[in-house]
Amino acid sequence: MDKFTNLTGVAAPMPLVNVDTDMIIPKQFLKTIKRSGLGANLFDEMRYDREGNEIADFVLNQPAYRSAEILVAGDNFGCGSSREHAPWALLDFGIRCVIAPSFADIFFNNCFKNGILPIALPQEQVDILMKDAEKGANARISVDLEAQTITSSDGQVFTFDIDPFKKHCLLNGLDDIGLTMERVDDIGAFEARQTAARPWL
Amino acid sequence: MTAPKTLYDKIWDAHLVHEAEDGTCLLYIDRHLVHEVTSPQAFEGLRMAGRSVRAPEKTIAVPDHNVPTDPDRLSGIKDEQSRIQVELLRTNAHDFGIELYDVDDVRQGIVHIIGPEQGWTQPGMTIVCGDSHTATHGAFGALAHGIGTSEVEHVLATQTLIQKKSKNMLVKVEGELPPGVTAKDITMTVIGRTGTAGGTGHVIEYAGSAIRALSMEGRMTVCNMAIEGGARAGLIAPDEKTFEYVKGRPHAPKGGEWEMALEYWKTLHSDEGAHYDKVIEIDAADIAPVVTWGTSPEDVLPITATVPAPEDFTGGKVEAARRSLDYMGLTPGQKLSDIEIDTVFIGSCTNGRIEDLREVARIVEGRKVKDGIRAMIVPGSGLVRLQAEQEGIAQKLIDAGFDWRMAGCSMCLGMNPDQLAPGERCASTSNRNFEGRQGYKGRTHLVSPAMAAAAAVTGRLTDVRDLM
Ligand code: SF4
Repeated sequence: MDKFTNLTGVAAPMPLVNVDTDMIIPKQFLKTIKRSGLGANLFDEMRYDREGNEIADFVLNQPAYRSAEILVAGDNFGCGSSREHAPWALLDFGIRCVIAPSFADIFFNNCFKNGILPIALPQEQVDILMKDAEKGANARISVDLEAQTITSSDGQVFTFDIDPFKKHCLLNGLDDIGLTMERVDDIGAFEARQTAARPWL
Repeated sequence: MTAPKTLYDKIWDAHLVHEAEDGTCLLYIDRHLVHEVTSPQAFEGLRMAGRSVRAPEKTIAVPDHNVPTDPDRLSGIKDEQSRIQVELLRTNAHDFGIELYDVDDVRQGIVHIIGPEQGWTQPGMTIVCGDSHTATHGAFGALAHGIGTSEVEHVLATQTLIQKKSKNMLVKVEGELPPGVTAKDITMTVIGRTGTAGGTGHVIEYAGSAIRALSMEGRMTVCNMAIEGGARAGLIAPDEKTFEYVKGRPHAPKGGEWEMALEYWKTLHSDEGAHYDKVIEIDAADIAPVVTWGTSPEDVLPITATVPAPEDFTGGKVEAARRSLDYMGLTPGQKLSDIEIDTVFIGSCTNGRIEDLREVARIVEGRKVKDGIRAMIVPGSGLVRLQAEQEGIAQKLIDAGFDWRMAGCSMCLGMNPDQLAPGERCASTSNRNFEGRQGYKGRTHLVSPAMAAAAAVTGRLTDVRDLM
């Protein structure tokens, strides 16, 4: 997993609530057996018409946002299925940070496993950043994970909360499985206790 | 005395391998269910790191999302990518020593149907699967939730999951359900009240006399959609019905172990005075047969209502409602029961069990699917299909004009050839009405099996009570 430390980039505004995982990456793209290559189909049904032509007014098709690295969105972003293809598609497109008032639980967790930083902020602050994002390519937003701050294009600074363990893993690009493997003795001991107390498991 | 605990607290505590100072926990996983769509990259990860599956005997695999449901599917899957995923699952299960319920096995079916059916799902367990509707298994008093592919790999390698504890939420439904109102109406009504983010950060325990009165199958329907309410998991305390359901199933505990298990399972309920961070109370008598009008599962209204207007909402929901109505091709003020449909889909892990099919058969008995309506029934498993055939239900449904399919997820998400065409409108017993969920530009109205049966007969969304 790539580290996430700082990011300054174009933010694409997506003022929709309940953006679900079927919108982020429709099911026909879940047939892949790889993690890469999904960026071309990010938001596929909103981004292209049936013939595969770009729909001009969709935000990521607009010249200003074609290389967006941040997404600012409405409440309950990423709701729906557990498909990790959603963060894989965002990442493959180049989006490393999503800012919204709230996120669906599984999507939120999946982001961290892929070096994407999801930031939940109060609605009023998201509204300010949404306005900022609407200004286009010159309005670049900065995110500093170490300091836990977001700076808007006109210099307003917002702080955000993040779970310390998740922050540590993102900053250092750490792989969860490697970390858990260090606890293999604890896992073994748990299994021994459980087998004694509840042998049917 | 220790502080009173909720059911969730009890299961959580019993599976804690390690807790760090910041509250990050390592939780032991008792059962891991694997399907073909969210696992290929996880097994690839194991191979690349030279890791094995820690507890293959606690893992089962089944292809369900991609499999065709036409009766001649054993001749091979035509879609190449689907075929590759299903074949890869077979290879991975074989290479890593995992039990597989393959396409030609009568026990094959939707992962959340076959777990309970085979007795893999038991009270007090932690159960995960790379699928959000894992919440279904919570009906047994098991802590069950969906995970992403990286977590699938983590569980395969370590049989644990890194987790933070969620909050406790109680949804209490007291009283008796009116006639024509089912478990599906309960769970959809809850989401209509709390919204799709209402349960975010929480595990929901469903309780109250209306929940206790439900069969195990009804309880699975309720817990199945906990995820649509934003919750990490849904839970129902196990009782005699639960124990009766589990008893004698292929993977249920046997002999002395059954007695031990039963003794433990009887302790699995929330203690008197246990703390909940959020409580929702609903009177069962207030619940009506419901349908969704929009493209979010929270867009729920009683069938007697009319299509709302965007201005009926506030905040971001105004724009969302406008977009939904446009997508769904509906006009504010239109009666929901006037909406004509093209298709009926009965199936999915929400409503693909034998009782659901019996309910449909009861409504359509002596009636016919309306001319021009495509009506399809996809049993949740090969065993459900077999049972329906043995009970004579299948024949009744076929006689009424339903298309009788093989088991799988099918049109719940349309990864196989069962899809809606653009603009096609469907009354569906599944759990998601997102844009494009059942097919590009397809229009989904979520309903109970009874309501789907009524819609099949009349060709429009219909109050099932009018047919009773
Ligand atoms: S039936 Fe639908 S919701 Fe259930 S597991 Fe299959 S695709 Fe998911």
